[in-house]
Amino acid sequence: MNRREANSKTAALPLGVDEPVFAEPWQAEAFAMTVALHDKGLFSWSEWAEALSAEVKKPGAASDGHDYYEHWLTALEKVLSAKGVAGRGDVDALAAAWERAAHATPHGKPILLENDPSPTEGRGGPTG
Amino acid sequence: MSHNHDHQHDNELDPFAARVRALETILTQKGLIDPAAIDVIVDTYETKIGPRNGAKVVAKAWADPDFAAVLKRDATAAIGSLGYTGRQGEHMQAVFNTADTHNLVVCTLCSCYPWSVLGLPPVWYKAPPYRSRAVIDPRGVLEEFGLTLPRTTKIRVWDSTAELRYLVVPMRPDGTDGWSEERLADLVTRDAMIGTGLAREPA
Repeated sequence: MNRREANSKTAALPLGVDEPVFAEPWQAEAFAMTVALHDKGLFSWSEWAEALSAEVKKPGAASDGHDYYEHWLTALEKVLSAKGVAGRGDVDALAAAWERAAHATPHGKPILLENDPSPTEGRGGPTG
Repeated sequence: MSHNHDHQHDNELDPFAARVRALETILTQKGLIDPAAIDVIVDTYETKIGPRNGAKVVAKAWADPDFAAVLKRDATAAIGSLGYTGRQGEHMQAVFNTADTHNLVVCTLCSCYPWSVLGLPPVWYKAPPYRSRAVIDPRGVLEEFGLTLPRTTKIRVWDSTAELRYLVVPMRPDGTDGWSEERLADLVTRDAMIGTGLAREPA
């Protein structure tokens, strides 16, 4: 199976892939956060569609669409950053803390941010 | 590294999952989201909203000419009257297939889709080839879906937006006179309501 990623105008449609709408839990969470933030009035749906569109139309998007929610997440981060809700640096630092916490959590136990062994590393409190 | 003692597997979060957790942490701290509400939204879209909703709309339109007329005139209201309302404040338009014209829905911009009646879009709907080719070569795209229309059939392509989303009402199959709405709904597939398929023939 080698799917061409180069030219979406000629690439085959990724048919027959009637997999669940979310391939991984984080995709569902990113989706749901967006819906919740829209409900909260943080942005209009047109605003969101514009942000998402800017990401998915960048060259290099996979023709089988497997990276769709990666673009979704990038769009969400950009919107939140532009609104002054969550800056890139804060998200980077907190994401690194979550990765350390996961690594320090024994298998089978819930991953909690408190499990981060070096909680001060590059992490200030969220701004704003 | 030897692995011959005390197999203590660490958990790993891939970078995307970690970034989502980071956003959740920040948004929860700021009171912008409630983690329990996030779970409800996920559950709703995974299990409660799906093409069955749309199939009921189409079946009612087939069985009830008055409803079909309202659906044609004001799809948002007609669909809302069955309890399916869009959360994004979008308007709906129903496009009816006829013997002369077949309708096909795409979102060239991103992935706008009538969630309230079809759930979340399939992978191919969001992928670049469909988004670009549905407009350029709809007939070729339909053939890839196994749908070869007569050359004389016109294909109208509807490009969805954040504000306006389309639902295709496929033609009612022959041999279904007197069928209940419930039975008719079983003939209406998701692809038929996007336009990449037709309604099922009665068995």
